[in-house]
Amino acid sequence: MSIISVKNLKKSFGPNEVLKDINAEIQEREVVCVIGPSGSGKSTFLRCLNRLEDITGGQVIINGQDITSPKININKVRQQVGMVFQQFNLFPHKTVLENVMIAPIKVHSLSKESVKENALALLGKVGLREKAQQYPGELSGGQKQRVAIARALAMNPKIMLFDEPTSALDPEMVGDVLEVMKQLAKEGMTMVVVTHEMGFAREVGDRVLFMDGGYIVEENEPIQLFSNPQHERTKAFLSKVL
Amino acid sequence: MDTIITILPYLLEGLKTTLYIFIVAVILGFAIGLVIALFRLSPIKILNWIAKAFVNIIRGTPFIVQLFFIYFGLNSLQIFSMDNTTAGIVTVAINAGAYFAEIIRAGILSVDKGQTEAARSLGMTSTQNMVSIILPQAFRRMLPTITNQSIISLKDTSLLSVIGIADLTQRGQIQASATFEAFSVWITVGVLYFIIIYLLTLLANFLERRFELR
Ligand SMILES: Nc1ncnc2c1ncn2[C@@H]1O[C@H](COP(=O)(O)OP(=O)(O)OP(=O)(O)O)[C@@H](O)[C@H]1O
Ligand SMILES: [Mg+2]
Repeated sequence: MSIISVKNLKKSFGPNEVLKDINAEIQEREVVCVIGPSGSGKSTFLRCLNRLEDITGGQVIINGQDITSPKININKVRQQVGMVFQQFNLFPHKTVLENVMIAPIKVHSLSKESVKENALALLGKVGLREKAQQYPGELSGGQKQRVAIARALAMNPKIMLFDEPTSALDPEMVGDVLEVMKQLAKEGMTMVVVTHEMGFAREVGDRVLFMDGGYIVEENEPIQLFSNPQHERTKAFLSKVL
Repeated sequence: MDTIITILPYLLEGLKTTLYIFIVAVILGFAIGLVIALFRLSPIKILNWIAKAFVNIIRGTPFIVQLFFIYFGLNSLQIFSMDNTTAGIVTVAINAGAYFAEIIRAGILSVDKGQTEAARSLGMTSTQNMVSIILPQAFRRMLPTITNQSIISLKDTSLLSVIGIADLTQRGQIQASATFEAFSVWITVGVLYFIIIYLLTLLANFLERRFELR
């Protein structure tokens, strides 16, 4: 059974129908990259997967739970789905360590002491253990994004969603973040990654979805999709970015 | 100079009353402001409407009318009786509350919505998000305007003398007519208010530095 199952997903902002009919099945441990032109609905699609956007129609089933059902406790589902944002969205009034600890403390009512060790281990994993006591404002973009990844991992999620995690970074910072993501993929994390990094998609992705105009126009293994796109719109897009 | 020294203890008693009313009223007012601000931002229409109406009524009427309404108006209904100090505190609190509500609301709205999205995506509830993520950041940004409003409220307490509260201003009036030394009495009263407001500003500056946004 797929860990993420999207059926006839529709999403409108007022009269503007952004997602028209999205269908996708994502398996556990799969790394799926989502590409497509600006405004095609990639972020909106990703944000529907943890219901950061209200879903207009269709079904989104996460780990067996239909999150479009009004009966679902969405907070419980979100605990299993980490999200990393383009703009990091770290909590500026908390130290790096507190950023990583706060969700388990608040959501699971745990004590600081009991989550600290795991938080420090996660910071170690993203290479920032020595920054634990600093504030986000004192870090570079690449470091912030790695803290954001550690923060999401602190809830021990089954799925990680990434929305252009490297787009706001200076080029020399991109590598460190992608390295952390590669490591996660290697460990078997289920990942959905909206990205402009075609190199990452090719190297790490199991599958690439090409979105345009509110539809998934084409999907395939990265090598297939990049070397042998079937649709005109895919070809046009790839000719611009590759 | 002699007059000032003899009347100072008497005026300081009034200052105590002024400070007592001010502190209780501002704390109460902040609580009212927080609740009204949350009402104002709530998706529940009726709460929204109550908050808007409250703020508009307070902003649209003079302080002294609010005071007379609460002290004379409500007491005249004879449902309960309120002494003048209580009425004074309640009026200052409600009045400050309406202005605090607008300040707090603006403060909450000034926090980037990415903060809420990050908190919610981690599984935090909207209350946890508000308490741990949004309000601490909003509060830091609000400090200067909160200070301003508190200073206004402190000055408003001088109007409470009209319902017979023996605050600093009231005691100044009594001394001015008893000693016929209006000049030195009112200069002393003015200096005392000034000192308190100055100390309040220092405290606010200290807090701002202490909680500096990083
Ligand atoms: N909150 C919103 N309210 C109204 N319209 C929105 C909102 N969010 C997105 N849209 C619209 O939905 C469309 C798709 O936006 P989305 O952010 O999903 O695109 P995207 O593929 O992620 O683009 P980009 O590559 O630029 O990030 C756009 O036309 C955008 O204007
Ligand atoms: Mg986007």
